[in-house]
Amino acid sequence: MLADKDRIFTNVYGYQSWHLKDAQARGAWDGTKEILARGREAIVEEIKASGLRGRGGAGFPTGMKWSFMPKQPPLDAAGNPKPSFLVINADESEPGSCKDREIIRHDPHILLEGALVAGFAMGARAAYIYIRGEYIREAETLFAARDEAYAAGLLGKNACGSGYDFDVFVHRGAGAYICGEETAMIESLEGKKGQPRLKPPFPAGAGLYGCPTTVNNVESIAVAPTIMRRGAAWFASFGRENNKGTKLFQISGHVNKPCVVEEEMSIPFSELIEKHCGGIRGGRDNLLAVIPGGSSVPLVPADQIWDAPMDFDGLKALGSGLGTAAVIVMDKSTDIVRAISRLSYFYKHESCGQCTPCREGTGWMWRVMERLRTGEAHVEEIDMLQQVTKQVEGHTICALGDAAAWPIQGLIRHFRPEIERRIEERLGSLQQAAE
Amino acid sequence: MADRYIEPDTPELRARWGNFAWTDENAAKAKDIVARYPEGRQRSAVMPLLDLAQRQVGAELDTQGWLPIPVMEYVADYLDMPIIRVVEVATFYTMYNIAPIGRFHVQVCGTTPCMLRGSDDIMAACKARGMQKGHTTEDGLFSLTEVECMGNCASAPMVQINDDNYEDLTPERLDAVLDALARGETPKAGTQEPGRHTVEPLGGPTTLKEMVSENHDYRGEW
Repeated sequence: MLADKDRIFTNVYGYQSWHLKDAQARGAWDGTKEILARGREAIVEEIKASGLRGRGGAGFPTGMKWSFMPKQPPLDAAGNPKPSFLVINADESEPGSCKDREIIRHDPHILLEGALVAGFAMGARAAYIYIRGEYIREAETLFAARDEAYAAGLLGKNACGSGYDFDVFVHRGAGAYICGEETAMIESLEGKKGQPRLKPPFPAGAGLYGCPTTVNNVESIAVAPTIMRRGAAWFASFGRENNKGTKLFQISGHVNKPCVVEEEMSIPFSELIEKHCGGIRGGRDNLLAVIPGGSSVPLVPADQIWDAPMDFDGLKALGSGLGTAAVIVMDKSTDIVRAISRLSYFYKHESCGQCTPCREGTGWMWRVMERLRTGEAHVEEIDMLQQVTKQVEGHTICALGDAAAWPIQGLIRHFRPEIERRIEERLGSLQQAAE
Repeated sequence: MADRYIEPDTPELRARWGNFAWTDENAAKAKDIVARYPEGRQRSAVMPLLDLAQRQVGAELDTQGWLPIPVMEYVADYLDMPIIRVVEVATFYTMYNIAPIGRFHVQVCGTTPCMLRGSDDIMAACKARGMQKGHTTEDGLFSLTEVECMGNCASAPMVQINDDNYEDLTPERLDAVLDALARGETPKAGTQEPGRHTVEPLGGPTTLKEMVSENHDYRGEW
């Protein structure tokens, strides 16, 4: 188990105050000026060496992402250098995910310090923190923490006395899951509907207001200052090769004690559940399946997940993924078809409507899922649904189409007999009624 | 996509809201909000300004607030952008109410993590009190909506009512919250589970125990 001294988010449960002086007493904003004095290149190299992979779901190496930002600013039409922006994705909306909320409401200064360190490393002029609209109280805390940091000279002109000018702004969303997609987030920040853009151009070339932009998850940004203070080797000492570091896991559903907890990457599922969550409700034998990384990743049946390492590669090997490390646990009392059908409804609700396969497909898939739930279908329709998921997957501008397809594919892969049983049972009861 | 319908533009609506303008306090806030975005990019402020406008309408009506078309026009004017671009935004994002709403907007999360923890019972408890999805109770107090994942999964099931979350609910705990609101009280927000602080495991944290009683600095142990 990860030692407490190696946890980055020591106030994750909010027992102590989030205010600046208390956060500083815990180690936030400690030597930030010296970190910046090491220079852009050195920070990017340190983050690269730490093995940090993006914590928002896709797992792209964070240091590499930062290095994509132009060293020399591109010029606008008038020949003036364009500013660069860091956009911090706090639009936490993936069902099962509830970690960024804890960072923002209980330790916002870690995030703000990270914004400065990351923004400096990529040569950004300012950071916009895009926080989901439903995090109302959390946003209030974040606004207040930002004001504290400005008042203390940690942000703004000559931030931390570094000679670097850096602003942080908070932008509240208003209830659209799709804005968690980076280009939709940029559109939304520009005051438009959050509909994803085609890539290329990639945000690092032309993002917010047509300027170079990097979008990073809250957790990826918030861990950066501690990595700089303790060194890449420290961070890389946790987790398996290619899956380094510590991670906030969020365990929901049928465990005895759902919680959010920071642990070492690659911790076995069983250890995570037994140590922190009081075990599966009704005991290990009562486990049915787990969605290990938020609603977008396929479920994994009980027998495969139990000893699996909770990291990017370990879960990929099981045909699923780590995603945001939002672990949704389902015991044998779960109506598994309904559990997935409810996710299909979610994607139908959240489709932005821009691409036809997703706009039409998510509704269609949900309606068929509902019929499979009640058994009011023909066995052939299982294959038809599978085919349709394949026609949506990979045929849309953003990954929402894929995310809508994968949970259904996972269900069919692992629980086809259960779906067939329902159809047969219903047919049987119809026949009985006819006789 | 979410199924939502905008309140029609009528002469009565124009008569009621045609003169909408920021209060002095909100005028100052609006100016601050626009200043968050670069010169010439004031359109970025449309989302926070719609929220501000909705809150002002709400304060006037003693409800959560909503966005009549003339109010959207005011925001469009304020930001010098076409009204259709504002309507597009207001209808796209579900937190903008585009039809009148009650005093308390009871938003029950029904997505899978909450469903697994009993959100069906929470929804049933709302219905047992006479609430109906998409409607406001006759006394104007409660409007009911089923919403998608609110990011409180480790303390599910939950409802958001106006600006506060109520987590770790049971039908009884929800009733207590709603009764308190109906009496004009302010019930404690957050988890409703006795003895639970936030999202630590029930019964006390398995990690970071020093933090419970003091602002512990772990740096000495590095």
